[in-house]
Amino acid sequence: MSVIIEIVVMVLLIIGGLFLLVGSIGLARLPDFFTRLHAPTKATTMGIGCILIASMVLLAATQQILSVHELMITIFLFITAPITAHMLSKAALHQRLSIMEKTRNQHLVAFAEKRQPPKR
Amino acid sequence: MLNFTIIIICVLVCIALLLNTWRLFEGPSMPDRILALDTMFINSIALIVLMGMYMGSPLYFEGALLIAMLGFVSTAAVCTYLLRGDIIK
Repeated sequence: MSVIIEIVVMVLLIIGGLFLLVGSIGLARLPDFFTRLHAPTKATTMGIGCILIASMVLLAATQQILSVHELMITIFLFITAPITAHMLSKAALHQRLSIMEKTRNQHLVAFAEKRQPPKR
Repeated sequence: MLNFTIIIICVLVCIALLLNTWRLFEGPSMPDRILALDTMFINSIALIVLMGMYMGSPLYFEGALLIAMLGFVSTAAVCTYLLRGDIIK
């Protein structure tokens, strides 16, 4: 295994681990549910994507296997993270959680609570 | 050098899991706890992938894929329960 591939894998791993840690710190520290929702759905998804791509590069370099599993997990997580964020925010709106005072466009909350799914 | 980096990243992910656990027990409302569980699923996927890299075997990714699918399905099911009061209509 050449040095360049090792450095690439290490840089991807460090970026991914730092993004995972930042996402979890944001989940623990931010003041409001709707701000807390930002941290895991953006930073954590980016971090897990970096770690999976690092693993794919390492396996392809050491064992000459092009494994598609990691790519599948990455695509699956990138698709499902916005869906879970949307469903969680809808559940939070349904439960009328408290919103930070500095939140802009607060008059839209009542409209979003009353919205119905489209009729078939 | 690579193994050392993998161990350092494992420590970072374990700290992230501890923060998620704190939010899971502390969280003032139900969606907070669901969000903490979802983040814990993602962090455990990262731990399993790091273990697979450390051992140098491609066998662990089936487990990671299973955890990803279970995480999405369980989060969607609990959110539907919070929204409607039942899971399957």
